[in-house]
Amino acid sequence: MLRLVLNRLLLGLITVALASAVIFGAVEALPGDACVAVLQRDAVGQRLENCRRDLGLDRPALTRYASWAAGALRGDLGVSAGSGKPIATLLGERLRNTLLLAGCTLAVGIPLALLLGVLTGLRRDGALDIVLSTGGILAMTIPEFVSATVLIFVFSIGLGWVPGIVLAAPGAPIADFFPGIVLPVAVLTMVMTAHILRTVRSSVIEVMASDFVRMATLKGVPRARIVWRHALPSALLPAVNVIALTIAWLLGGVVVVEKVFNYPGLGRFMIDSITERDLPVVQALALLVASVYVAVNLAADLLTLALDPRLRTHRARG
Amino acid sequence: MSALIDIADLSIGFTTRAGTQAAVLRHIDLAVRAHETIGIVGESGSGKSTLALAAMGYLKPGLGVLGGAVRFAGQDMFAPTPAVPAIRGGRLALIPQNAGQALTPTIRIGAQIAEALRLHSSLPATAHPARVIELLARVRLAAPAELVVRYPHELSGGQQQRVAIAMALAGEPEALLLDEPTTGLDVTTQAHVLDLLRDLAADTGMAMVYVSHDLGAVARVCARVAVMYAGEIVAEGTARQILRTPAHPYARGLIAAIPTLHEPRLPIPLDGRPPTPGATEPGCAFAPRCALAEYACRATPIPLTPSPGGGTIRCRRGPDALRLPLRQDGQLRTPHEDQAATALLRLDGIAVHYARRSLWQQLTNQHPTAAPVVDNIALSLRPGETIGLVGESGSGKSTILKTIAGLIAPLRGTTTLANTPLAPAVAQRDIHDLRRIQLIFQNPDESLNPRQTIATILAQPLQLYFGLTGDTLRARSADLLAQVRLGPHYLDRLPAQLSGGEKQRVAVARAFAADPDIILCDEVTSALDVSVQAAVLALLDDLRRARNTACLFVSHDLGVVRALADRVVVLYQGRICETGPAAALYATPAHPYTEALLGAVLEPDPDHTPRLLAADVVEQGPPATGCPFQNRCHRRLGDICATTAPPTQDLGTGHLVRCHIPLTPRPETAA
Amino acid sequence: MAVLARMLARPSGAIGLGLVTLHLLAAALSPWLVPYDATAIDAGLMFAPPDAAHWLGTDQLGRDILTRTLLGGREAILVTLIATPIAVAWGGLTGIHLGLAGGRLDDVLMRVVDAVLALPWILKMLVIIVTFGAGVNVLIPTLAFFYGVPVIRVARAATQGVVARDFISAARARGHGRASIVRRELLPNVLDALMVEGAMRWSWMLLAFSSLSFLGFGVAPPTPDWGLMIADSRSFMAIAPWAALAPVAALSTLIIGINFAADALAKAVGLDRAQTTPH
Repeated sequence: MLRLVLNRLLLGLITVALASAVIFGAVEALPGDACVAVLQRDAVGQRLENCRRDLGLDRPALTRYASWAAGALRGDLGVSAGSGKPIATLLGERLRNTLLLAGCTLAVGIPLALLLGVLTGLRRDGALDIVLSTGGILAMTIPEFVSATVLIFVFSIGLGWVPGIVLAAPGAPIADFFPGIVLPVAVLTMVMTAHILRTVRSSVIEVMASDFVRMATLKGVPRARIVWRHALPSALLPAVNVIALTIAWLLGGVVVVEKVFNYPGLGRFMIDSITERDLPVVQALALLVASVYVAVNLAADLLTLALDPRLRTHRARG
Repeated sequence: MSALIDIADLSIGFTTRAGTQAAVLRHIDLAVRAHETIGIVGESGSGKSTLALAAMGYLKPGLGVLGGAVRFAGQDMFAPTPAVPAIRGGRLALIPQNAGQALTPTIRIGAQIAEALRLHSSLPATAHPARVIELLARVRLAAPAELVVRYPHELSGGQQQRVAIAMALAGEPEALLLDEPTTGLDVTTQAHVLDLLRDLAADTGMAMVYVSHDLGAVARVCARVAVMYAGEIVAEGTARQILRTPAHPYARGLIAAIPTLHEPRLPIPLDGRPPTPGATEPGCAFAPRCALAEYACRATPIPLTPSPGGGTIRCRRGPDALRLPLRQDGQLRTPHEDQAATALLRLDGIAVHYARRSLWQQLTNQHPTAAPVVDNIALSLRPGETIGLVGESGSGKSTILKTIAGLIAPLRGTTTLANTPLAPAVAQRDIHDLRRIQLIFQNPDESLNPRQTIATILAQPLQLYFGLTGDTLRARSADLLAQVRLGPHYLDRLPAQLSGGEKQRVAVARAFAADPDIILCDEVTSALDVSVQAAVLALLDDLRRARNTACLFVSHDLGVVRALADRVVVLYQGRICETGPAAALYATPAHPYTEALLGAVLEPDPDHTPRLLAADVVEQGPPATGCPFQNRCHRRLGDICATTAPPTQDLGTGHLVRCHIPLTPRPETAA
Repeated sequence: MAVLARMLARPSGAIGLGLVTLHLLAAALSPWLVPYDATAIDAGLMFAPPDAAHWLGTDQLGRDILTRTLLGGREAILVTLIATPIAVAWGGLTGIHLGLAGGRLDDVLMRVVDAVLALPWILKMLVIIVTFGAGVNVLIPTLAFFYGVPVIRVARAATQGVVARDFISAARARGHGRASIVRRELLPNVLDALMVEGAMRWSWMLLAFSSLSFLGFGVAPPTPDWGLMIADSRSFMAIAPWAALAPVAALSTLIIGINFAADALAKAVGLDRAQTTPH
């Protein structure tokens, strides 16, 4: 069992390292570098050479990667080519903001999705199920910028309940983000809940039709207990994976929502730094998001292992 | 005495897409009194499982009650009152078919049994833990205190089944419903579980309704038997009446289709296939398949009438039915006589290992340390001969077939075909050698590509080995189908449109399409109903004899092997125990395991008592040293059995035994 | 084919295929159907509400919204309709090959796949786009490449599921070669999963394309594009909601249509809807 955990951990680390290498390699392969971006038309001759020397861009690629990787392990991610500020600080602020957004979304979305998923799974084709299934499809297929736009239109412009844009600076105290954070959370919750609900629902349906649930019924166990004690522990296991993917998405991929609401999180930082060719920041961001993705997946794997007794013992004897 | 379980004129069915009602159970009358044991026998589609569940007031989704009632001790089981769940699991308990699937995987077994106690027992909660252990001991599980904290998947099939029995007993039931409780269990394990059930019935006086397709199991446990076909009870009586003198053509045909251990007789097949559930005929549902059917049989519903053999039957032709053939009338197979011929296929010292080597082991070129799955296999197959490979689960018999076919590379040992060694892997073998050995798999649903038509499936070997195309190809395919008694219109169908028996015939046709010298049959009839099985066996034997093809037939069913095999090899935990001519081996088994195996086989005869010789121990895998049977042997000599590999003793006429016990042919008879 | 018939039998399938067909026709035929020039600016007619002359009104530059909406899907559909089959083809073949090969190659390449999937999609797309521009000849290969990677996973899993079955062993035992087994035994069984996956891929690619346009990294103005139109109209939603709603409706109906059709397709071939993720 311990060996399994260590194995997964090792694989995770390899994936992160590979991801960082991939992005480094990709950035290297592209024409132009930070100096070209900063100096633009002045990027010629001696000025270019000086700039490159200053930023250390004249060293061979492998050396740069190695020193960068070593620094990253120490926690030193370098400085931004654009602003000159330490990247770790910049990332830290925006990471906090993204965590806030993600945290609020998860806090609202997960309980909602689990509850509704179980209810619609148990009462399949009931009124609630039809409403939620249709709503779910809409939530999953309509692009976030569309739903964001519609929500802003209705709740901000139309009803004026909440602001349609976030005005806080990246480093601002958390309180400044409320109530502007309400609409972004609403949009993200809609999408997230739809995905998780779907998985939970089909899992509940499958488990309720299984042999052991039937056996419990024939044993005279009351339905409430069957659902709670017999069915749910098995039915909720697939949800762990979907929730993990959702967390990974929330922490690295909600660029559009951040842009629409002007939210100073990691997503906006990514767009800005790529457009500005601030390559040290791009690399650091890639590393951060990849690590989060791997860590979350690893946690999901381990949680599944912990919860499903069938996976714990290797030898199932027949 | 009034009936405990009273099923009156029960009809259950579903509504088809066209809006009509299709019945799965039709007008079932069944009364089970206290202390009675009754067996419900039928094949797939007979409705027996539906009946068992209906006795508890439970219907699978999609089914509804079309008429009649089910009562337990006077309580209507389909009434939506809380009295019904109180009875279920308490006074009336179910022992499910596949205990491994029926036990909740996320709850420890002790807790699941305790749950039954909480719901149905009057014992105070503090007494529950002790009672759980008591129940586990009652079902003869070893070390019950340790088992209590285990999860279902950590137990073997036999252990899981016993836990299910213990859970049913927790509520101190007055009646037990058993839904094929020994399906999937090994022969020796099954014998032990049935023995337990028999004793429980005798001790507690519980009524038992035992649903099964296995007449041997039913004969062992039940005093009365009811035979079902297409949703109706077609014959009912005492076990002796139904099994000795069956008067219904179907019941008779069913019994005749069961292979016997004593002689190499082919079981007698039943033509045709059972009607699909819900198809309604006005008269007798068996008429299309019945040799005695007349117009009147199909026109009007047939009531249950007294049977000339005792009990009741749903048949107009009862007295004539008594003249239909039974098992002893099956065709006696003449053994293959060619002792002098040289071996066509030889296996020498074959050992196979399954475990994947870890990265470290691969780098250091080490081999896994656990004992090989299969070891020291020596075999020689002569042209036209049939060798039966018998063993239970874990015996490695399928592994050996796959190794011969080249799908698995052996760890060591050689395979020789007609004096030239065969390369270990398929990829390295010559196409002509590959043609000469053909493999038929167990599960016809899996061995035919669901996306290919039958024509395409049969075309594969014909194109590969003979380069046939176009019209010649199609003609030859139709010809092959004819040889397995399927019409040419099957060519354009997809496997999903065929029944299990028909698919298996296609698999047989595909194997013979290559015109092989050897066919390898891997449990080819185990997934089929008994009546269908007989037809496939007859077919296989005909084709094999016509072409003088040698056959290596793997099965756990000793009766089926007896019907087909000239020589038999007995395997235990991947090692050969005994090998010899079928007649000699079955009559006087020399190895203790063979003796135990033959002793445990059930006969559809209420007076037959199996002998439970092998200890009921769960094996973890082949032992590293010594005899593979050391943990369960009833004739174990001592430490020598654990430390030293047993020597091969030759008893003459090719009868070899690997055992430490010094043997001369013994005069005892088996079972 | 029978599959198509089964799809149409379900309401979701009929609606889905209907919507998709409608959009494809509109995209193909719109240049001949539109009443106005999409880029014709009319300063005097800014934010005109819907009326007889302009059925859907005009936007902030006086351009006819109906025209721009009908034409707005052309580039998106063109790009994604070309990129999707490429993605499924290369991802599918790679995944099948890995599923069959197993061993070291499989282990190593799957780690690389995981690594690429771990990176945020916007990062991957923007790095290319910012460097090479957002022309059709950049977007098609970029989308095809990045959206093919998850297909590898799906194809590999489907292949592994089929390879374990007896009919493959039977074919191997007969002596058929690897290529023959892949073509005759494996592909027909894997193709279903790939088809459903392909349909879903198309919808996610459309989403990505529109998102890129919305963010300003996709189609360049003044070419009409739904994503771009929604972005433009955001500032003026209070005064001219129709300018946003038209492209919203267009984009949403196409994506919903594809999803319904994909769902019906999955059920028609006997699969449960693909459990995969967009990126």
